[in-house]
Amino acid sequence: MSQTSDALEMPAPVETDSAVSVRNVSKNYGTVEALRDLSLEFPRGQLTSLLGPSGCGKTTLLKIIAGLLEPTSGEIEIEGKRVTGPGPDRAFVFQDFALLPWASVIRNVAFGLELRGVAKSEREAIAEKYINDVGLSGFEKAYPHELSGGMRQRVGLARALSVDAQVLLLDEPFSAVDEQNRRKFQEDMLELVRNENKTFIFVTHSIEEAVYVSDQIAILLPRPSRVSEIIRPTSFRGTDVENIRRSPEYLDIVDQIWASLRNYVE
Amino acid sequence: MILFGRRLPAMSSLLLWALLWEIVGQTGWTFFIPPLSEVLVTLFNVIGTPAFLKAMYETAYAFISGVFFAVVIGIPVGILIGKSRLLDELILPWVNIFLSAPLTALVPVLMVLFGFGMKSIIITTTLFAIWIIILNSRAGVKQINRSLVEMARSFGASPLDAFFKVYFWAALPEILGGVRIGVIRAVKGVIIGQLLISIVGFGALFELYSNNFMMSHFWAVLIVLFALAFTLSEFLAYLERRVSYYAASR
Repeated sequence: MSQTSDALEMPAPVETDSAVSVRNVSKNYGTVEALRDLSLEFPRGQLTSLLGPSGCGKTTLLKIIAGLLEPTSGEIEIEGKRVTGPGPDRAFVFQDFALLPWASVIRNVAFGLELRGVAKSEREAIAEKYINDVGLSGFEKAYPHELSGGMRQRVGLARALSVDAQVLLLDEPFSAVDEQNRRKFQEDMLELVRNENKTFIFVTHSIEEAVYVSDQIAILLPRPSRVSEIIRPTSFRGTDVENIRRSPEYLDIVDQIWASLRNYVE
Repeated sequence: MILFGRRLPAMSSLLLWALLWEIVGQTGWTFFIPPLSEVLVTLFNVIGTPAFLKAMYETAYAFISGVFFAVVIGIPVGILIGKSRLLDELILPWVNIFLSAPLTALVPVLMVLFGFGMKSIIITTTLFAIWIIILNSRAGVKQINRSLVEMARSFGASPLDAFFKVYFWAALPEILGGVRIGVIRAVKGVIIGQLLISIVGFGALFELYSNNFMMSHFWAVLIVLFALAFTLSEFLAYLERRVSYYAASR
């Protein structure tokens, strides 16, 4: 946990290879402090969850990393480059999917590439591949309102993957999806993190979900938000997806997190 | 509506009113209401005459130009004030004033400013239509889902791309609603313009027929005008329904 404070003195952190660094970020809305002096490192190629009670500023932090919000002070670095706004090195997956309702699945998936000026045939070929990857082949011509919530979020995920950003930002991506679909998503996430060499930052309010999918869990406590704990599960990473929920370490971590969060639940 | 176990076609109530019109006309109660059958006969006699075609052309020209400017100016202005707080504060009060103001009273001012010709008529038409188009476009942009805006930004949309690929389409159901009401108001605008500014087009026909007590001619032109406005408004309502499938899920 000392890595966060060490990062200040050492411009290039040696011991952890981090893709995203959050340094001393504060965010105020008028007189309300949403985030205070928050520092956090996100290791490359891993999934880090931001977990905390509602109103702890986890989505605010994610949007600051995305460049959608401006921090009041402090800075974000992605691969050593300072964030000044949204950029092609990051892709966002939205809680409410944020699909264009007037566009077909394939246009939605290719929309990020369309905005970058990629030619139609090329971007549709790329979109096709990711539609296939998320298990939606056959639905290319369908419209979002014809799909279930789970399928819509698969479109959102495919759109984020198709722009080939180094960092994927997911804002409670499965909270508007039903339980069975959510479980399938969580399994798919693990595979995605393993196969795609990307850095995932994952906001969730579900303790089980965070422990299940994360390489690193940052517990945020509210008013104003700061990192209270960083947990790195070790033993059950790399075991079969079916065995994770039975692993003693998984159960211990879930209990431990609940113990520290329970005081903050109204 | 279902009557005696049979489904009546849409607007069959019009038949009832047409019948009433015919009966009142036949009684000769007032010269102002000739029988509908007489009006229809006059309609078919009048519709091919050069005078009628000229009036139709003049009215259509002023109407189409007026609506064109109202749409081309109104939609972007509405979207802009919907997106910019500053422009909204500056322009919205005027939009609301002009929307509810008796625009007919402004027509003499327009005549002083722009003369007695077609130009003033077109501007009158535009003024009748534009405010509701601005207001509806603004409302359409205001209700765009925040995350759609953030999505466009986070995937690197330029302001122009965001405007044409996201905001416009997301606001389209409201925009079309505004254009439909605007078009109906433009019909009023063009006739008032033609009556007050220079006596041309359908306005001239109304003037001519009513001054000479040619009531069946008067009603015939009114029916034509109503039919045109109705067709146009139904066409726009059809476009509105085409996009309404996504209106609820933006």
